[in-house]
Amino acid sequence: MAARRLADLRTEQLSVNIGPQHPSTHGVFRMNVTLDGETIVALKPVVGYLHRNHEKLAEKMTYLGSMPYTDRLDYLTSMTNNWAYALAVEKLAGIEVPERAEYIRVIMAELTRLVNHCLLVGFLTNDLGCFFTPVLYAFREREKILDVFEDVSGSRMMCNYVRFGGVRVDMSAEALDETRRIVAAFPAFLDEFEKLLAENEILIQRCQNVGILPAPLAINASITGPMLRASGVNYDIRKVDKYGVYDRFSWRVPLGTVGDVYDRYYVRVLEMRESVKILEQALAQIPEGPVSNPKVNRMLKPPQGDAYARIEGPKGELGFYLVSDKSRNPYRYKVRPPSFINLTILEDMCIGHKVADAVVILGSVDIVLGEVDR
Amino acid sequence: MRALLRHVLFFLIALLRVLDRTLGRVLAPVLVPLFRVCVWALHTPLGVILPPVLMLMGAYLLAARPALRQELPDTTWLPLWSHMWIDILVAIVGIVLLGPMCMVYITWLERKLLGRFQNRYGPNRVGKYGLLQPFADGIKMLIKEDIVPRGADRALHFIAPVVIVVPPLVIFSVLPLGPGMSALPMEVGVLFFFALSGISGVAIFLAGWASHNKFSLLGGMRAVAQLVSYEVPLLLSVVVVIMVAGTLSTDKLVEAQTAGRWFVFTPWGLVGFLLFFTAGLAEVNRTPFDLPEAESELVAGFHTEYSGFKFALFYLAEFIAAVAIAGLTVTLFLGGWSLPGADRYPMLAPVVFLSKAALLVLVMVWFRGTFPRLRIDQVMTFSWKFLLPLALVNIIVAGIWIFLVRDGSWRSFGIGWAVGAIILIAFYVWLNRFTAPSTIEKRVYRFAEE
Repeated sequence: MAARRLADLRTEQLSVNIGPQHPSTHGVFRMNVTLDGETIVALKPVVGYLHRNHEKLAEKMTYLGSMPYTDRLDYLTSMTNNWAYALAVEKLAGIEVPERAEYIRVIMAELTRLVNHCLLVGFLTNDLGCFFTPVLYAFREREKILDVFEDVSGSRMMCNYVRFGGVRVDMSAEALDETRRIVAAFPAFLDEFEKLLAENEILIQRCQNVGILPAPLAINASITGPMLRASGVNYDIRKVDKYGVYDRFSWRVPLGTVGDVYDRYYVRVLEMRESVKILEQALAQIPEGPVSNPKVNRMLKPPQGDAYARIEGPKGELGFYLVSDKSRNPYRYKVRPPSFINLTILEDMCIGHKVADAVVILGSVDIVLGEVDR
Repeated sequence: MRALLRHVLFFLIALLRVLDRTLGRVLAPVLVPLFRVCVWALHTPLGVILPPVLMLMGAYLLAARPALRQELPDTTWLPLWSHMWIDILVAIVGIVLLGPMCMVYITWLERKLLGRFQNRYGPNRVGKYGLLQPFADGIKMLIKEDIVPRGADRALHFIAPVVIVVPPLVIFSVLPLGPGMSALPMEVGVLFFFALSGISGVAIFLAGWASHNKFSLLGGMRAVAQLVSYEVPLLLSVVVVIMVAGTLSTDKLVEAQTAGRWFVFTPWGLVGFLLFFTAGLAEVNRTPFDLPEAESELVAGFHTEYSGFKFALFYLAEFIAAVAIAGLTVTLFLGGWSLPGADRYPMLAPVVFLSKAALLVLVMVWFRGTFPRLRIDQVMTFSWKFLLPLALVNIIVAGIWIFLVRDGSWRSFGIGWAVGAIILIAFYVWLNRFTAPSTIEKRVYRFAEE
């Protein structure tokens, strides 16, 4: 009798808007979540609150003119954004890059990766409910790297440092020494960080087997970057394309096994260790010489044609597609933003989990709204 | 009342503005140095000493109440009708000084310590070492706009913060601050404590329900589930102490622990202490059990829709409850006011008691700076599948202890320890194998082949 009455009880599903004003949506992102109790039955990501017309603006501007705008895509990793865009233009116009500039680009990109992954781990633990401690540890290390960025480019976040055919200014000997010091001290920080987090039982319980992304689904959804590698797929554009001078360094690609939040977190930690290896080698090998190609004109007019260039950004494959009609501005300018494409799979990962997990899964995707909405 | 306060404040501000405009030039040479002197005074040792002095005054007023009640009928020079009022006044002033001042100190301590944990300074602008920061925050809260969301149940929305703040304050009356110094010497003090702390669940759900906000509602639902679940192991872990001491009176519980015979030094006491402290953390919504107000998930949980002074009341209640639960832990397991060597000076007792409670609060802050939050199902599993069975076995161990350690000799003490420890450790190991989450695994990461 009692059982029947219980079955007759009707419960309602609850529709909750997480965001756009919410502490852990990493910006103005909205998740339209349908909850059964605390379990997610449907989740609809809503983006576009930060749309800034990036691509159209770039089509009305000179090639060089949109370089500072690429800083604003993913505002945590402006160096890699610059590089990806410069790579596309160099491919389009056939510009050579001096060797020292290539090394400086690698150094900056790997420092950016350290910054990005540090912050990701910090904010992920924040989403888990750590009260800012890991974030602020990450910020402490980030500050040191940002000091280097400021030293070479004059700006801490909006670096605008890479130029077609090189970089804007040379890295001074002091900046190189400072970078060496940072790189030498970084493994110790990672050890400290892992001691605090990686074996914390609560963190493991919250992260393991949550938000599993199977490898076939990841490939079909064109997920890239650490998120794909956490699902066990060996795909790193630094290895695949060997752009820049990446073929000169020896390093490995860490792979996850399960593809859950914990793997996504730990693969990034391992990637930071590999980045440190790359940085050590790059700093040891960096040659003397010019850092920019003197033939590049300010008012660049590439030959007619199109080009797609991509790099392994900290968040995944960051690509720029450019079509030139021999004028001063690109005919078509298209960004392949890793944050946005990695975000498309959010619902598949979240369904069946608790609402608290949705926040953590979102944190492990690693998005920056500047890049998602452009 | 708040509207009145606000009016008074606005009036004062308006008055100051008028003064500023008309007399400003005349009075500035006088007022500015005066203001400077006040600020300077608060930055000197006075600013450091004032809050603790107020707090200790409150503690001693509360502590003196039982003695006062015995003395009062014999004082002939006071009129008879005033005795009751003096008694009430002493209790109220004591609690109102001690509770909020504790809270003031705990918030300051928490922010300062968290700052240090996180490579920051913490508050250091208002007063010496930022000690007056909580007062500045209080004033800020007081003059903030009070927003009631459209569609909210106005009456319940108003009552909730009041309901939540009273029980933790009243709880202070049964905490023994010294030998015979609990403001309300009750035979059933422990029971009274739990009866009062049970009210907070109602208040939290009231707030969650009345706010007309889904985050608040989810927070309220979580709070009810969590508080009900954790009340069970909380009470069961206290049963051992009551069994052995044979009393529910907080005063007598501490007297049974004088001369270093703290209950925490027994196997059941140690386990009981750990169980009680853990469940207590969940009772007062501290990390890692702060689900009802989970910031990263539910914005601010049940108090999302509260602003101004109502929000301050939630804040106040939370911290006072933390101090209160720390105080009860100290009373039940850590010897209360007694400290070997300091027992000869009863006037030191309140300081000893508050210091011990502060140490426990420090541990809570440490947890907050370190631990992530559990998920709701993990919180429930932890309570029902781990804390509860352990608490039940702990009761059995306490029974065996009573049977074994009847004569109080060192030999029986040793036997009791050995038997208790064996039972508890064996059960813990078995329980861990039985209920340990299957998700925990040590992972090995591979690297891609070249």
